[in-house]
Amino acid sequence: MDFLNAFVALSNYVLIPGIAYGSQLALGALGVTLVYGILRFSNFAHGDTMAFGAMVTVLVTWWLQSLGVSLGPLPTALLALPIGIIGCILMLLATDRAVYHFYREKKAKPVILVIVSMGVMFIMNGIVRLIIGPDDQRFLDGERFLISARDFKEMTGLAEGLAIKSTQVITLITAIIVVALLFWFLNRTRAGKSMRAYSDNEDLALLSGVNPERVVMLTWVIVATLATVAGVLYGLDKSFKPFTYFQLLLPIFAAAIVGGLGSPLGAITGGFVIAFSEVTITYAWKKVLGYMMPDSLAPDGLVQLLSTDYKFAVSFAILLIVLLFKPTGLFKGQSV
Amino acid sequence: MNDTLKNVGLFTLVGVLILLTGFLQSWNSAMLILNMGLISAIMALGVNLQWGFAGLFNIGVMGFVALGGLAAVLIGMPVTPGAWSAGGFGVMGALLLGATTITAAVVVMKRMQKGHLRTLVVIVVLVGGFFVFRALLDPNVAAIEAINPAGTGYLGGLNPGSEDTYKDYGIIVLLAWPLGGALAAGAAWLIGKTALGLRSDYLAIATLGIAEIIIAVLKNEDWLSRGVKNVIGIPRPVPFEIDLQNDPGFVETASGLGIDPMMASTLYVKLLYAGLFLVVLVVLLWMAQKALASPWGRMLRAIRDNEVAAEAMGKDVKKRHLQVFILGSAICGIAGAMMTTLDGQLVPSAYQPLRFTFLVWVMVIVGGSGNNFGAVLGGFLIWLLWVQVEPMGRLFMDLITSGMSDGYWLKTHLLESAAHMRLLTMGLVLLLVLRFSPRGLIPEK
Repeated sequence: MDFLNAFVALSNYVLIPGIAYGSQLALGALGVTLVYGILRFSNFAHGDTMAFGAMVTVLVTWWLQSLGVSLGPLPTALLALPIGIIGCILMLLATDRAVYHFYREKKAKPVILVIVSMGVMFIMNGIVRLIIGPDDQRFLDGERFLISARDFKEMTGLAEGLAIKSTQVITLITAIIVVALLFWFLNRTRAGKSMRAYSDNEDLALLSGVNPERVVMLTWVIVATLATVAGVLYGLDKSFKPFTYFQLLLPIFAAAIVGGLGSPLGAITGGFVIAFSEVTITYAWKKVLGYMMPDSLAPDGLVQLLSTDYKFAVSFAILLIVLLFKPTGLFKGQSV
Repeated sequence: MNDTLKNVGLFTLVGVLILLTGFLQSWNSAMLILNMGLISAIMALGVNLQWGFAGLFNIGVMGFVALGGLAAVLIGMPVTPGAWSAGGFGVMGALLLGATTITAAVVVMKRMQKGHLRTLVVIVVLVGGFFVFRALLDPNVAAIEAINPAGTGYLGGLNPGSEDTYKDYGIIVLLAWPLGGALAAGAAWLIGKTALGLRSDYLAIATLGIAEIIIAVLKNEDWLSRGVKNVIGIPRPVPFEIDLQNDPGFVETASGLGIDPMMASTLYVKLLYAGLFLVVLVVLLWMAQKALASPWGRMLRAIRDNEVAAEAMGKDVKKRHLQVFILGSAICGIAGAMMTTLDGQLVPSAYQPLRFTFLVWVMVIVGGSGNNFGAVLGGFLIWLLWVQVEPMGRLFMDLITSGMSDGYWLKTHLLESAAHMRLLTMGLVLLLVLRFSPRGLIPEK
């Protein structure tokens, strides 16, 4: 039995990737939950919003790289990120003006807005494919590993290596900063409080002099920021491909619903719940169990509960379980 | 009367557009558009039943269509020799065991008193059942997939013929259409049982999820559908072109009509398909129209327009929703089986949500949700647009790049991306219709 090696293997394959993926999902789910809380519809275009923001960032990154600009060990994409965010903000504000504004004025039913967001999804998807194409794009540069598996083994003398990718650390740090800023904004500033008031009770907020258009504009700005950051972090960690962002829609929505739609804290919790379940259920436990158990009991097979291709099934199953037993989510969300 | 005139005019317009395709491009592509248009119209009919009649938001159309495609394989392909004895029965046993596990868990949930004990028992049943299921399933699956993996490696279907002769029994594929509907209905029952009665967005997400899972199953369960190795050569209910070309009688008739036999054979086959599809469409349309006018249809619309009031009048909202959800999904399954029959192959990776779910939604919304004829019209029109946007996009790109010099990066890029104009156009059409004519081309009466 070798708990130390087992723990290192577990961290290497489950904990660290899970934390990174969870942060990305949490950021995505925060965007979905904010749109739901303030604008009161499920935004199906969110995955493609992430793709759009990430695309702008990728393009700017390439441009910077061609100019020879770099951040040394850090990826150049971090430098391009603010421009990507601005691009995405402009895109969402323009969309709101051209599309959503009309239905808000008319007080259309939420389900109509969902269908409208489907149209927006098509258009954004088309634009992204038109500009950057449907293929995989790499834009990561700088140091790849903070600690590589070999260095770790040499340092500690353990049999099991622990590799920490720089993108995983960047993901976590960026996510913590962004979430801290978001909560500070929502809880401490006047504008943030007016947003929460509007989300809790629209009529009362209007009576208290909250300007709805301003709240909506702020929401889109925040959503664009969150979506771009999430999209870029996911792209750095894996790779940028427009279609994968569309597919992220399912785990992101699962995360937002599991946490309770409309609840920012719930979105973060949901993101990690979904990410860890996906990773643990699709991970082959042979190695970890091999260290944990006496040799005679060591498993023969891979001890993989489900193949990785079924990771959608995992987020889906968790979603169903939560919906059946706690329909408003772990943190009491709202329902239209 | 005015409405009828307008509707006839709209359908004539679509017909003329398809004829124009025939004259300007080729009759082959016009027939392709017609055939896929018929299938799209059936899919739109299914979605219209759910959304237009009952206001159910199903965005898992792709999954039900893919299940229909699976049915075409399960019926049309010959049994792989030795596969059943190697592992087929084991797999079936494992699946039965899995179903029993879930049933047992549901029974425990219902029978036992609420509390920690119940939770514990349910978890033990599910986890234990899962491991036994996997222990039984995995070796059998491996045994099936080991049989000639390059050629078969799956169970095969119900075709009575052998590897060489199965194509002679092509007519059997027609049975796959109702089976496709049944498979889709089964899946819809499962999902409806759990997700209906929750909020509309939740149903949407649940259907989106089930569609992705169905595609994942088709891609990964090689024993069932050969996975990403695809099943090709699914037999067809109509003759093969090559047989027609070798048939002296057919060649004679074709040359008598002044058509090249090669061309004549492809057109003849497509015409036969169109006839078959048309029969299905007309039957389904007739049934949908009858349902719409029946007390059942009125009840559905009453529920859609005011759920609370309908419930207060004693209507069983959940049951009606489940019914219509199953019916609509079954129609999508039938369409899926027809499409796979037309293609002659099952390619799981070809199922894309934008193409098979959201495009059908565009058809229903543009055509007119709540109106069966509207859905059918939308099916034809949007499919025509979907096909024709590509050449039009290329033309458009040629136009705006004509001033640029050859080899200029922007010109090459724009010309290469012309294919992606499709999604953009569809989104634009959807938004414009929603904004300026939210009730669609043929509005609900």
